[in-house]
Amino acid sequence: MKKYQLGEFEEVVMLTVGVLYKDAYGVSIKKEIESRLTRKVSVGALQSALKRLEDKGYLKSFEGEATEERAGRPKKYFQITALGKRAMEYSKSTRDELWSAIPKVAWGTKIVVG
Amino acid sequence: MKTNPPKLFLRFFRWFCHPKLRDSIEGDLIELYKERKNERGESSADFKFIADVLLLFRPSIIRPAEGYQQLNTYGMYKSYFKIGWRNLVKNKGYSFINIGGLAMGMAVALLISLWVYDELSFNKYHENHGTLAQVYRSLIWGGEKYASTSHVTGLGTLLKTEYGSHFKNVAMVRGGTEERVVAFGENKFTQSGYFMQTEGAEMLTLNMIQGTWQGLKEMKSIFLSESLAKKLFGDADPINQVVMMDAKWDLKVTGVYEDLPNNSTFNDASYFAPLDLYIDGWGSLDAWDNYFVYIFVQLFPNGDFEKTSEIIKDVMTAHVDEETLQSKPEVFLHPMSQWHLNAEFKNGELVPSKRMMSVWYYSAIGIFVLLLACINFMNLSTARSEKRAKEVGIRKSIGSLRSQLIQQFFGETLLVAMIAAIISLLVVQLSLPWFNDVSDKNISLPITNPVFWLGVVGFTLFTGLLAGSYPALYLSSFNAIKVLKGTFKAGAFAMIPRRVLVVVQFTVSITLTIGTIIVYQQIQFAKNRPVGYSRNNLLGMRAASPEYKGQYHALRNELKNTGAVEEIAEANYSIIDTRGNNGGFSWHDKKYDATFNTIFVTHEYGKAIGWEFVDGRDFSREFASDLSGIIINESALEILGIENPVGESINWSPSDNRGDYKILGVVKDMVKGSPYEPTNPSIIFLSENDMQWLYIKMKPTASAHEALPKIRSVLASIVPSAPFDYTFADEAYGAKFRAEERIGKLATLFSGLALLISCLGLFGLASFMVEQRTKEIGIRKIMGASVTSLWKMLSKDFVVLVLVSCGLAIPISFYFMNSWLGQYEYRTTISWNVFAITGIGALVITLLTVSFQAIKAALMNPVKSLRSE
Repeated sequence: MKKYQLGEFEEVVMLTVGVLYKDAYGVSIKKEIESRLTRKVSVGALQSALKRLEDKGYLKSFEGEATEERAGRPKKYFQITALGKRAMEYSKSTRDELWSAIPKVAWGTKIVVG
Repeated sequence: MKTNPPKLFLRFFRWFCHPKLRDSIEGDLIELYKERKNERGESSADFKFIADVLLLFRPSIIRPAEGYQQLNTYGMYKSYFKIGWRNLVKNKGYSFINIGGLAMGMAVALLISLWVYDELSFNKYHENHGTLAQVYRSLIWGGEKYASTSHVTGLGTLLKTEYGSHFKNVAMVRGGTEERVVAFGENKFTQSGYFMQTEGAEMLTLNMIQGTWQGLKEMKSIFLSESLAKKLFGDADPINQVVMMDAKWDLKVTGVYEDLPNNSTFNDASYFAPLDLYIDGWGSLDAWDNYFVYIFVQLFPNGDFEKTSEIIKDVMTAHVDEETLQSKPEVFLHPMSQWHLNAEFKNGELVPSKRMMSVWYYSAIGIFVLLLACINFMNLSTARSEKRAKEVGIRKSIGSLRSQLIQQFFGETLLVAMIAAIISLLVVQLSLPWFNDVSDKNISLPITNPVFWLGVVGFTLFTGLLAGSYPALYLSSFNAIKVLKGTFKAGAFAMIPRRVLVVVQFTVSITLTIGTIIVYQQIQFAKNRPVGYSRNNLLGMRAASPEYKGQYHALRNELKNTGAVEEIAEANYSIIDTRGNNGGFSWHDKKYDATFNTIFVTHEYGKAIGWEFVDGRDFSREFASDLSGIIINESALEILGIENPVGESINWSPSDNRGDYKILGVVKDMVKGSPYEPTNPSIIFLSENDMQWLYIKMKPTASAHEALPKIRSVLASIVPSAPFDYTFADEAYGAKFRAEERIGKLATLFSGLALLISCLGLFGLASFMVEQRTKEIGIRKIMGASVTSLWKMLSKDFVVLVLVSCGLAIPISFYFMNSWLGQYEYRTTISWNVFAITGIGALVITLLTVSFQAIKAALMNPVKSLRSE
C-alpha cells in the first residue's frame, strides 16, 4: 500500500506552493509553474489539483485580501501542512533511493554518446 | 473601457461551481482576464476566459447536486417526522387510541359533511337552478295566513301572456305526482309522474337520452325515464312506441330522459305527460275556479325574484270572484334554491324548516364528534408530556426556539392526522352503502373532484392543528432547567385543563345519548298512538283502470267467495292520506268556517277498516236513505258542537247547495296523516260511484301468502288489465315514521361513536394515570392497602368528572330536546327516567373503562413495581 499518494502534477503544485511560500494563490502558482516548467496549466486543472491536495490534508488554505483587480474577490492562499511535507519528503526519498540504485553502468552508453 | 469577462460564462461558472471555491476561483479568473486583456487585447482574453471556465467544469469543482447550500430547515422537519414516527411506534396502545379515535371522529365528520353537501346541493342537477322559481299564493283564511302552491290554470296563462316579458318560461304542472298505470303489452306498472306543459322539459333541463325537449307538444305523447323505458321495453327502442296509460289513453313515447337524481325535487317522477292530456275533456287552461296546478317560472338571467314577486303580487284580484277576493290572494315566487331546505311557511312567512334544522343539528353533531376525537388527542398528548419533558429540555438547551418546538409538535399531530385521514377515508368508503340506506341518500365519495381532495387536505390540516394546538403550546412552554434537573412535575395545575376536556367530552356524549333516547321515545309514543281503525291484513290498491267500472259488486262477491277475504270497500282517497278538504257546512243557522276532510266511501268501508263507533251506527244497505247520511269523527263533532249529533242534519253548500245530510254515527278519530299531528275533523259520505281506492280486508285466519294468490286470480279474471299493485296499510302507515326513524338511527350511530371515542380517551388517560402512580400503588400495597381501596382511589377522580358532566348535560339536553319535541303536536313528555338511566349508564361505562386499568394496577405485585430504579 502506498503510504502517501502524490501524483506528478500534484507534486509540482506542492513544490511550487513551497517555492512561493507566503505568496501562493491560484494565479501566482499557475504563473510560476508556467514560467519555471514552461508548460501550460489551465485554471481548471490547477484548481482541481489544489482541491484534491487540500482534501488529502497536504495543503491548507486561508482567505487573503480582496484586491481591486480581482473585482473584490478574496485570494485563497495555500500553505504546505506537516503531512504535506512528509508526503513530499517521502516522494523525494523514494526517487533518490531509486536514483542511487541505478547502476553506474546503465549510464555508460549515454556518456559515450553524450 | 469594458473590463468585464463574458457575462454568460461567468454566470455559468457561478452556477456550477462549488460554493466554497467560488469566490477565490472567480477572483483568479478575473485577475487573469485583466492581465490578458492588457497584454493581448479583449477578444483573446475573452476566448481564454471561456476556455478556462469550460476546463473548470469538472467533477471536483462542480458543486454537489443537492443538499449542500440549501439553508432551510428541511432536515429538521425530517427529523421531526422521524421522532414523531418513533414515538408512535413505541407507544402502540396510545397510538391506536389516538389514531383510531381521530379516524372515527374524522369519518363521522366526513360522512356528515357529505350529507350536508348533498342537502345543500339539492336541485343543482337542474341547470336553471338559479333562475327557476315556484309560484306561491298567500291567502288569509279564518284569520290566519297560509301559503299555497296550488293554483288556477288561469293564473299560469296570465303570467305567460300578459307578464311574459318578466319570465323566460312559464310552465304549469298538475299539482303533485299522479299515479298511473303505464302499460306496454303485458308489462304493466303503476308509476308516478307529472303532467306538465311543454316548456317544463326545457326549464328542468331534462337530460334527454332520446327525443327533444319539445316532445310533449302533442297531446298524446309521453316522456319516460330511462329506468321506466328499460322496464317497459327492455333493450328495444322505445321512441315512437305507443304505451297505454290507465287503459284509456294511447300515448306515443317521444322522449327518454336520464333518471333524475335523488337530490332533485322531481326525483319521484318516472314519466312526464302533457298537461293538456290531463285536462282533456273537462278543464281548460284559463279556468279561475279550480286550484289544481303548480306553476313554475324561469326568470331571465338578470331577473330578481323579489322584484318580480312585487310586480305580480296582485295579478289575481281582477280575475277571481268576490269570495276568493276576501282571502286576499297574493302571488309570490319561491326560488328553486330554497325549495328543499327553506320551504316551510307559517302565517304566510318563511320559517326555519325542519330540514334546515336537521342540517344544523347534524353539522353540530359532526363538529362535536370531531371535537371529542381532538380532545382525546390533546389529553393523551399532555398526559404523556412528562415523558417527553426531558426531550423538550434537551432540545431547548441545545438551542431550540420555542417556535421550533411548537412546529415539532404540530408536525407530529399532522402525521397522526394524516394517518387518521387515510383510515377515515377507507372507513367512509366502506360504510357509505349502509349510510345511504339509513339516510335515504345516494352519496358517493367524489374522488374525482379536486375540490373534494382540497377539502380533505384542508380538513386534515385543520384537525391536526386543532388537535395539536394544546400539546404544542403546552409542551413547548416547559422550563428547560427545571425539566433537566428533575424538579419538574406537572403539578395539580396541569391536571385542570385535562379534567375540563374530559368533562366537555362526557357532556357532549351524554347529551347526545339523552337526545337519542328521547327521539326513540317520541317515535314509540307516536307508534303506540291509537289510530281509530285496524290496519292489520288490510290491502290497499288503486282501482286505476276503467275495467273496474261497475264491477264493485261482482268483485266483492268473488273475493268473499275465496274465503280469504272478509270485506272489501272503495273510497275516493287513500286511508293514509288527508286530501280532500272542503268547507261550506252549516247546522241550522250556524255556519262553520272550518273545513272538513270529506271522504266518500262505499257501504262496506267501515267493516273493512274496522272503525270504532262512539255513537250511532254504520252505513247500511238496508236503508236507502243512508245515501244522504254521513258519519263524522270526534274532532268533527267537537267543531260542530252538537250535543246529540245522531239524527241531526247538516247542510253542505260549498258553492252550490249539495243538500242536507243526516248524521248516522260518530266514530273515533282516525290517524290518516302525520302521526304527530292532531287528526283532521272528517265527514264521511256514502257513495255508490266507482272510486279510486280499493281496500281489501283479509280474514285474520288466512295467512297473507295463501290469500294473496287467491285475490290475484279473482282480480285477473274480473279486471285483467289492472296491475295487482297493492300495499299493506300497516306498511304504508309505517312509512310515516321513516323520517324520525332515520334521525333515530343516525343519532344512535353518532352518539354511540361519541361515547366510544370518549371512553377510548378515558381508557388511555386512566392507563396513563396508573402507569404514573405505579410506585405509589406499590408502596400503598406494602403498607397494607387493599385492592378495593386502591380501586376506589383510582376510580374516584373519573367518577367525579363524569358526575359533573351529567350535571351539565342534563339541562342542556333538556333544553334542546324540549324544543325538538315542540315541533310535534302529538308528543311524548320528557321524564326524569331518561336522565337517570343515562346518568347511571354513563357512570357504569366509566367505571368499567377505568376499573380495567385500576384493578390491573391494584393487583400488580409491588415487588415488581418497586424494583425498577
